Amino acid sequence: MTTTATRPFTGRPAAQPGTRTAPTPGWFRGIGPIGRAVAIILIAVYCLAPFYWMIVSSFRRSTDIFQNTLLPTTWSLESYRQVFDGSTMFGQAMLNSLIVASTTTAFALVFGIFAAYAIARLNFRFKTVVLAVIIGTSMFPGISVVVPLLRLFSDIGWINTYQAMIVPSLSFAIPLAVWNLTTFMKQLPYELEQAAMIDGCTKWQAFRLVLLPLAAPGIFTTAILTFIHSWNEFIIALSMVNDPAIQTATVAISKFTGASDFQAPYGAQMAAGVLVTIPLVIVVLIFQRRIVEGLTSGANK
Amino acid sequence: MSISTTQRPGQRTTPPRKTGRLDLGEGRRAALLLSPTFLVLALVVLYPLLSAFHQSLFSSQSGLDADGFVVEGDAFVGLGNYVQIFAGADAARFYNALWNTTFFTFTTVTLEVIIGIAMAVAMNRAFRGRALLRASILVPWAIPTAVSGLLWRWMFQADGIVNTLTNQQVLWTAEGFAAQAAVIVAEVWKTAPFIGLLVLAGMQIIPEEVYEAAKLDGANAWRQFVAITLPLVRPALLVAVLFRLLDSLRMFDLPFVLIGPRKSSVETLSILAWDESNQLQYGTASAFSIILLLYVAVIAYVFITILGADVVGEKKPKPVRARRRSAEPAATDVTRSEPTQTKVTR
Repeated sequence: MTTTATRPFTGRPAAQPGTRTAPTPGWFRGIGPIGRAVAIILIAVYCLAPFYWMIVSSFRRSTDIFQNTLLPTTWSLESYRQVFDGSTMFGQAMLNSLIVASTTTAFALVFGIFAAYAIARLNFRFKTVVLAVIIGTSMFPGISVVVPLLRLFSDIGWINTYQAMIVPSLSFAIPLAVWNLTTFMKQLPYELEQAAMIDGCTKWQAFRLVLLPLAAPGIFTTAILTFIHSWNEFIIALSMVNDPAIQTATVAISKFTGASDFQAPYGAQMAAGVLVTIPLVIVVLIFQRRIVEGLTSGANK
Repeated sequence: MSISTTQRPGQRTTPPRKTGRLDLGEGRRAALLLSPTFLVLALVVLYPLLSAFHQSLFSSQSGLDADGFVVEGDAFVGLGNYVQIFAGADAARFYNALWNTTFFTFTTVTLEVIIGIAMAVAMNRAFRGRALLRASILVPWAIPTAVSGLLWRWMFQADGIVNTLTNQQVLWTAEGFAAQAAVIVAEVWKTAPFIGLLVLAGMQIIPEEVYEAAKLDGANAWRQFVAITLPLVRPALLVAVLFRLLDSLRMFDLPFVLIGPRKSSVETLSILAWDESNQLQYGTASAFSIILLLYVAVIAYVFITILGADVVGEKKPKPVRARRRSAEPAATDVTRSEPTQTKVTR
C-alpha cells in the first residue's frame, strides 16, 4: 500500500508464481525486476538483431560473406564500393527516392493543412462523412490504384516520369496527412483563435498568424510520417517505372543483381539496404518522441 | 472576459445570434478548403475505382481467336472475367492466392497482437533507457518493407544465420510451408512493435486510481489486466488491428522481394493482380483488384460495425461508458474526462 505509483503488475509481493505461462502482469510480478529487465532486453534484441545483422554483413568481404561471427573478421567497404560502382545507378535511385518522397510530402501537407483545418475548426454538415471518406480512401489496396492508372499513364506518356509515382502516392499520403493534422488541430485551444478575431483578425489571419504557428509541431510530425511512408513505397514505383535512371531506391534494391550473375551479391544488397535505411533510422532516433506521438494520436484521440 | 466565459460551453456550435449566417459562411469555406483534397482523391482513387470496374468488364485479346483471325484490342465480356476467375481454368490460382492472403492476414495479425500486447506490458513502466528502447522499437517500423524483405531473404539463406542458429537445413526461400513461415516471421517482426507502441500509448492514459481501486477490491494482477487494461486499451487496439488487417490484406512487397513473384505458396491477391497487369491482361488484373477491394471493404465494414472500431473518433464515449461497471469506481474519472475531449472532436 505504500507504493502509490504502481502499475498493474507491481501489486502485492506474494504473487502466485508459475500459475500463468502467458506474459501477463501476474507473470511479470512473479519474475520480479530482473525478469522484467530480461524482457526489455529481449524486446530490444528482437527489434534490433536483424538490423544489426544487415549492418554487420554489409561490412564483410564478399569472400567471407557467409561467416556467422558477431563482428566481421576483416572489416571491408567492398560491398559499399560495389553499390556505387556505376553499373547499378544506386546513387541516382537514392536521389529519385528523395525527389519523389519530398514532393509527395509537400503536396500532401499543403492539401492536408487546408482539409484538416476545415474538418477540425469549421462547422459544416457531413463533417463525419467527409472525414470517413478521406480515411476510407487510405484503405484502398495499392494494386487497385496501380492497375487502372498504369493504363492511363501509358496512354498519356507518363510512364518513367516522376509524376507517375508522385500522383498515385498521394492516394495514401493525403489521407495520412489529413488524419494526422486533423487530430493535431483539434487539440489546439479555440480561445486563441477567438481572441485573435476579437482583436480584429479575419478568420484567415487567425488561421495564418495564430493557428498555423501553433500547429507547426504537428505539421512537422505529419511531414516526417508522410515522408517515411513515401520513401518506403514500393508497388507504385515498381509498376510505373522500368527505366533504371528514374526508379526509386526501394525498387532499385529489389532488382539488385550486381555485376556477377552467378551469385546474388548479398554484401552489396545489405550495403544498399543500410544506405536506404540509415536516413530513416537517424530521423527516427532524433524525432522518436514526435513520431510516437503522431503514430498514436490517431488511435488514441 | 465575459465573452469568452459565456461562449465556452457552446464553443463548438457557433454563437446563437449569428448561427444562420455563419454556418453558411463556414460551410462554404469548408467546401473551398476541402475541394483540392477531394479533387486529387477523385483523380487518384475514384477514377481508378471506376476505371478498374470498367476495365474488368473487358478482355484484352491479342492473338488468334477461334477462327484463326488475329484479334487485337479489348472485347466486352461483361462479367466474363469474374466467371473465368471463379470457375475458369485458372481458378485454382485465384483460390490459392485468396487463401494465402487470408492465411497471412490472420496469422500475422494474431501474432502481432499477442507479441505487441506483451511488449506493451513489459514497457508500461518508467525505467532507465526507455527512450532508447522506444527508438529501437521504431527501427523495424521505419525499415522499408522491400529492404526488410531482402534482409530476411539473406538471413533465411540455406547457410544463413537462421539455419545456423536453429541448427537446421531448411530451404526457407524456395517454396512450400517454409516460405510461408519466412514471410510470416518477417512480417510479424516488422509490425508487432508498431502494435506494441499503440497499445502502450493506450495503456498510459489509464489513470493510476483505476488500478488502485481495483487493488482495494482485491483484484489480482491478472484480473486487473483482463478487467481494466484490456477493455480500456480496446479502442486503441481495435483501430490498430483494423489498419493492420487492411494493410496485410494488400500485402505485396514482402513476399515479392523475400520469395519472389509467381511462387504459388506465397502469391497474394495483390501479387496475382500485379502479375496479370504485367502481362498486359488489364481486364483480369482489374477484376482481381476489384475483388481484393471488395474483400477489404467487407472486412473493414464487419470490423467497424460489429466490433465498433472507432476510426473517425466520433463515438468515443460509448465504449468507455459501457465499461464503467467493470472498471470499478475510479473508472468514472476516465468517463468524466471524456466529454472535454469529445467536445473538440465534433
